[in-house]
Amino acid sequence: MPGKLKVKIVAGRHLPVMDRASDLTDAFVEVKFGNTTFKTDVYLKSLNPQWNSEWFKFEVDDEDLQDEPLQITVLDHDTYSANDAIGKVYIDIDPLLYSEAATVISGWFPIYDTIHGIRGEINVIVKVDLFNDLNRFRQSSCGVKFFCTTSIPKCYRAVIIHGFVEELVVNEDPEYQWIDRIRTPRASNEARQRLISLMSGELQRKIGLKVLEMRGNAVVGYLQCFDLEGESGLVVRAIGTACTLDKLSSPAAFLPACNSPSKEMKEIPFNEDPNPNTHSSGPSTPLKNQTYSFSPSKSYSRQSSSSDTDLSLTPKTGMGSGSAGKEGGPFKALLRQQTQSALEQREFPFFTLTVFPPGFLVHVGGVVSARSVKLLDRIHNPDEPETRDAWWAEIRQEIKSHAKALGCHAVVGYSESTSICEEVCILSASGTAAVLNPRFLQDGTVEGCLEQRLEENLPVGCGFCHIPYDELNMPFPAHLTYCYNCRKQKVPDVLFTTIDLPTDAMVIGKGCLIQARLCRLKKKAQAEANATAISNLLPFMEYEVHTQLMNKLKLKGMNALFGLRIQITVGENMLMGLASATGVYLAALPAPGGIQIAGKTPNDGSYEQHISHMQKKINDTIAKNRELYEINPPEISEEVIGSPIPEPRQRSRLLRSQSESSDEVTELDLSHGKKDAFVLEIDDTDALEDVHSLLTDVPPPPGFYSCNTEIMPGINNWTSEIQMFTSVRVIRLSSLNLTNQALNKNFNDLCENLLKSLYFKLRSMIPCCLCHVNFTVSLPEDELIQVTVTAVAITFDKNQALQTTKAHIEKSLQRASADTEELLQFPLELCSDSLPSHPFPPAKEHLESASSNSGIPAAQRAVTVEKANPMGEGNFRNRSAPPCASSTVGVVKMTPLSFIPGAKITKYLGIINMFFIRETTSLREEGGVSGFLHAFIAEVFAMVRAHVAALGGNAVVSYIMKQCVFMENPNKNQAQCLINVSGDAVVFVRESDLEVASVQQPTANCQPLCAGGEVTT
Amino acid sequence: MTSELDIFVGNTTLIDEDVYRLWLDGYSVSDAVALRVRSGILEQTGATAAVLQSDTMDHYRTFHMLERLLHAPPKLLHQLIFQIPPSRQALLIERYYAFDEAFVREVLGKKLSKGTKKDLDDISTKTGITLKSCRRQFDNFKRVFKVVEEMRGSLVDNIQQHFLLSDRLSRDYAAIVFFANNRFETGKKKLQYLSFGDFAFCAELMIQNWTLGAVGEAPTDPDSQVDDMDVDLDKEFLQDLKELKVLVADKDLLDLHKSLVCTTLRGKLSIFSEMEANFKNLSRGLVNVAAKLTHSKDVRDLFVDLVEKFVEPCRSDHWPLNDVRLFLNQYSASVHSLDGFRHQALWDRYMGTLRGCLLRLYHD
Repeated sequence: MPGKLKVKIVAGRHLPVMDRASDLTDAFVEVKFGNTTFKTDVYLKSLNPQWNSEWFKFEVDDEDLQDEPLQITVLDHDTYSANDAIGKVYIDIDPLLYSEAATVISGWFPIYDTIHGIRGEINVIVKVDLFNDLNRFRQSSCGVKFFCTTSIPKCYRAVIIHGFVEELVVNEDPEYQWIDRIRTPRASNEARQRLISLMSGELQRKIGLKVLEMRGNAVVGYLQCFDLEGESGLVVRAIGTACTLDKLSSPAAFLPACNSPSKEMKEIPFNEDPNPNTHSSGPSTPLKNQTYSFSPSKSYSRQSSSSDTDLSLTPKTGMGSGSAGKEGGPFKALLRQQTQSALEQREFPFFTLTVFPPGFLVHVGGVVSARSVKLLDRIHNPDEPETRDAWWAEIRQEIKSHAKALGCHAVVGYSESTSICEEVCILSASGTAAVLNPRFLQDGTVEGCLEQRLEENLPVGCGFCHIPYDELNMPFPAHLTYCYNCRKQKVPDVLFTTIDLPTDAMVIGKGCLIQARLCRLKKKAQAEANATAISNLLPFMEYEVHTQLMNKLKLKGMNALFGLRIQITVGENMLMGLASATGVYLAALPAPGGIQIAGKTPNDGSYEQHISHMQKKINDTIAKNRELYEINPPEISEEVIGSPIPEPRQRSRLLRSQSESSDEVTELDLSHGKKDAFVLEIDDTDALEDVHSLLTDVPPPPGFYSCNTEIMPGINNWTSEIQMFTSVRVIRLSSLNLTNQALNKNFNDLCENLLKSLYFKLRSMIPCCLCHVNFTVSLPEDELIQVTVTAVAITFDKNQALQTTKAHIEKSLQRASADTEELLQFPLELCSDSLPSHPFPPAKEHLESASSNSGIPAAQRAVTVEKANPMGEGNFRNRSAPPCASSTVGVVKMTPLSFIPGAKITKYLGIINMFFIRETTSLREEGGVSGFLHAFIAEVFAMVRAHVAALGGNAVVSYIMKQCVFMENPNKNQAQCLINVSGDAVVFVRESDLEVASVQQPTANCQPLCAGGEVTT
Repeated sequence: MTSELDIFVGNTTLIDEDVYRLWLDGYSVSDAVALRVRSGILEQTGATAAVLQSDTMDHYRTFHMLERLLHAPPKLLHQLIFQIPPSRQALLIERYYAFDEAFVREVLGKKLSKGTKKDLDDISTKTGITLKSCRRQFDNFKRVFKVVEEMRGSLVDNIQQHFLLSDRLSRDYAAIVFFANNRFETGKKKLQYLSFGDFAFCAELMIQNWTLGAVGEAPTDPDSQVDDMDVDLDKEFLQDLKELKVLVADKDLLDLHKSLVCTTLRGKLSIFSEMEANFKNLSRGLVNVAAKLTHSKDVRDLFVDLVEKFVEPCRSDHWPLNDVRLFLNQYSASVHSLDGFRHQALWDRYMGTLRGCLLRLYHD
């Protein structure tokens, strides 16, 4: 009995009228936890009752504390008949179970009823006393922190990133139990809500146990999903990344309020975590990192790694010249072994993170994904969910082997999803194959300082683009070239990833949202036959989605996709594919070739004309897009094409000889890649459609940008104005003449119109960027397509954007031709980079440093950086500021991003994971389906905000609406909707408030900087 | 392909002021879309009509959901469902309670009961304001009336507190409530030239001076019938007004009053002779109005009487406004020099307000 839960019911307000005669309500409250129930007195005849109850105390196991929600029911007392329920509040008390999060939950909660929606509010105070039982961490997993954020949370640093944790629990769905036939819809909905709440708690506890086993203390990138399998049951599953996090709590550990950049620069020598280029002054450095970057691919693609693999690599990569190689060789082997052992102990070297601490991500191989079609069967024994476990294990195994084929030992940006229709279920998993730095993966790596230095000597901003696989033994055909940035390593011509754009990636111009949309009709079938039909369709869908993505990417004049998410949805009579990603132009990759159209009947004159007309249109679009997204790659790229050995004039001989061995291959690849551009043959209507659909994608109106990643490359001066929104559309297809073509067009129009509507609605925010645009498709019925979009619109300052973009390009130019003269300047430039990077900041600093590099006088520069700093971390880490700005009390911001522009997150209060059901039997009266869902979503937002506010927070970050299942029966005037949302409750402080505080801080505060640096390394 | 469902929900509720206005004006979605198209918004934004339709629907739905809260504005401030910045909340409330001049003139002083609601159809036809908008405005009047009718304390403050309106609008509503409560006739043909502003001005003066609240002390007896201090006229005061009759009934007093006024104003008025000729009629009119106010029927006709007995005679003689002012000032002030008259305070309370009202009512 290691915990005491205390609850006080203070008051209610805005209660509904329950007694028609008096127009008043006699309300009382039942407080239930586990099997214990307390009641307040009845507060007679009031819509604003003041119960002011005693403290209700529950003495409970911490296991129950984790699993059970606190259930508060508000009722209307009735002397003669049964008491009527007004509504309920479920409070997840998990945030009270770890010391650093919330200490009390106190505030107004909306009273929610699954039939009537929100009916007034209730003021509740909840506290937990955990007894000091040293052993308790072993029995339950109290104390393990959960974060939805898919990066290291802002006020923590990662000591170790342990890796993948997963768990699933199954149960019977109350909606399908026999008892459901005799109970009211309300009772059934509440049973479901309660069950899911319980299951989530249990799941979280079990995952927590696994984390403790791994000696971690937190789960980052926690993603929990429900599979409503209907008759066969209810599955709640979760994945995440176990970490050991250290809170950057003492003010000393934070970067001081240095307003002068010169000070920041001075700090560099103290910095224990050297920046790559500070050590790259010697000519031998590139070699070292080269050997390193190649070695993992070798060792991993061939399971048997030993020192001779290493040797075999050496000549090829031009090793063996100078002492650096000798020194690096054995060392690197050691490293590799470390990495390998660190990862191979793990069943699945997967990471749900999409943003990484600097230096964590070494190389990126590409997207790996796996899908499998399963027939659902009844879950007979809920305690042993082996079937579902086995299914996922199978898929994960496949992902792992795909990653291996790409020469990668890990998968990052990993996620899993399902699509269920009747008894068929498609399980999908995807991620990005990658080579990681072992530094963060293991205990006891702190000692090797030299080691770190070696690792860090990767080329800045392009290292992750370099292929991890063996170019002679490529897993798929690809055109390789030398990196356009460092010119030392090979890079592919395009790069697809599921992760966010790495912090240091060098991007030219801006990015944009790219979507591939696809529908395929499928015959209605039962069970096995249906599953087979779907399995047969899947590869074609995947292929077409990829082709579409590739075409659209080229049309935009870009060469890489980030945040790629491919969703395949199964319906009764069709399959839908929707891929979203953010296209960018990576400076390290070659310029994309154009798109060429070829007809099959070349003799027909008019046809020829048509083709050339189309070709012209496409070329024009590409040119227009390049202008629109400011893609002006530096001219040197031409030079590269001319000579297959890309080398700046200043390069030493050594380098030249190094690349000789692979000369021919490169040359071939290059020419191949250039000549054939990308040919689209329009020999059938399908292809014609493709071309048309390519051209019908309308770019966003001026002043608007969109992306599905956290941040938009090329924009870094966000203002604090944000607007998170959810938009849902359902269209009914006319059942007549349903062809693939018509279907595609309908689907395409649906998505495009939805985007257009968003642009129109948010026009007052221009200039603005829609970030983290997340589309989900579902097929609730035969002829219905439902698209749900959640995103955040953020306003930015146009003038500053221009300035910094320019500076950024300048910088990338400089880097591309790294002259020796510039070496002097580099450390300076980079120190501003390195500064904020210690506490593992989000992907932004390179842009910041870009602004500080733009030749503005120092004093002014400081201001620029300050203003441009989009998320208030880094430069202004002042902990003495009040945790909650009084001016923003009451307002709770919500965002799918992991940060709040113009503000700094000072505290994580715990995970928000809520599940709601809403049902109506008076659909018309509630304004039809739109009115019903509009109100429900608004209510869900309200309940999320209320919970956050009660925890003492003022924002939800990494907010996601994981499920929005909507069913309607207009004939019966009924509708039902299930919504599942999650996010991290946080406290943020406005940057402007921090600035005030930071000015007051004496400069002596600068000293702790190095402390911060040391801890981080 | 038809759109079954189409919604947009922001964490911060989006409010489009233009659409809000159209909604308040009672336009249907399709009319609103047509009006928006005409405003040239499609050209400005490059949007399509379908986008506009969807956007308008969304806003209308939001407003519809907000309407319930707007009926009790403090609820809008405390509710949790819609996150709206305070400035926007104020705008929503202010605009919702704003009314059309044409409409308010039609219902001012009428009983705000259901029966009148049937007349809304006629008002709508007459004024060209949509029936929906008339309903809203009428319901607003009624709602405010119901809430503050029985309340103690300053009428304006009560309205401001319970409906969170701006000072200006609260004053207007105070006038509407005051008129509705006292059922002042404002619809007669000869009153048509008066604007709502004229009446509101008079109402404010009357509330300040002629009600119980104006006396400045709360009734000592809580059971007394004088709860609504600002809404009802001070009955005692009205009773006392009978005493003023002596000013016209006593011929000597009347003559003395006249000579006092004429002596002072001689040479100062362009219409001196007309004034001199009319003095007794005018004075009789003004004093009789006062004396009649004991009957609620006559209270209702206050404005009719004022226009008939004072405004019209002066207007027909083409008195300039400034002369009216000089006359009224002198007319009230001279009474202090009438030794035989003992009700100076009463006279000031009556005439001070009436003078203000008459000057406001005196225009074309």
